[in-house]
Amino acid sequence: MTSETKQEKTVLLDQDGHLANREDWSEELAQELANMEDVGELTDRHWLVIKYIQKEFDENGDAPSIRKLTKESGVSTKELYQLFPKGPAKKAAKIAGLPKPKGCI
Amino acid sequence: MTQFVTKEKTKGSDEIKSSNEQIKKVSLIISKGSLDGVYPGLIMGNGARMEGIEATLFFTFFGLEAIIDDKMDNLKVPTVGNPAMHIPTMLGGLPGMSSFATKKMKDEMEKLDIPPVREFIEMIHDTGAEIYACKATVDMFHLDESDFCEQVDGIITVGEFYEKSAGSEIIFT
Repeated sequence: MTSETKQEKTVLLDQDGHLANREDWSEELAQELANMEDVGELTDRHWLVIKYIQKEFDENGDAPSIRKLTKESGVSTKELYQLFPKGPAKKAAKIAGLPKPKGCI
Repeated sequence: MTQFVTKEKTKGSDEIKSSNEQIKKVSLIISKGSLDGVYPGLIMGNGARMEGIEATLFFTFFGLEAIIDDKMDNLKVPTVGNPAMHIPTMLGGLPGMSSFATKKMKDEMEKLDIPPVREFIEMIHDTGAEIYACKATVDMFHLDESDFCEQVDGIITVGEFYEKSAGSEIIFT
């Protein structure tokens, strides 16, 4: 391990592995969460999705359905699955610092 | 460097996670052609992909209606023979009842952001799920590939279905 200039920070996760406190979220932390989920380097397209679901969560109290997400963000279902392989709704919510989505669709 | 600490787990979730047996692959058989017969399979197929589970959808018998190009937009909810509809059979058989029930159900689904059948099939296919038609039924109904929507990956036999389902949980709807 290389020496860290930043001070080590402890972040609490909920039982689903999502952030327990949204105040802990930052863009740097999002990248760390993305690494944890094997999503890799976050691109502009990832950020488009992340920002959109954060906005949606603030307005409605839950992450959007995939259908709403693809319609309103302009990211297609196919692309979404490429950006966040193996479970886009859950992974994007996790990286965005939000709890696991409640919807089924 | 950030250290992640997981909150103490509740008993229930602990049991689920410690079993360590996650479903990796599902094969869904959709055998019914009514609107309410088709949706459970579609929702479960899409839901599987959302969880990162591989999904294969196999449409057989009247379930084929959901992938036949000129039928898939017109699936209906039956109003007779279903006690859970709470419509007396004699009334349920009146003209227009089924269309009325279908409209009501479609409206409710739209509110929940559940897409119409065609859009749902496109969406599921875009998630990377595979969609197949059952050969025996295709032959029985004198259909061919040109009758299906473009998302159908092929017409396969039961044997091929089992081959593709190796390692899958098979779910019949």
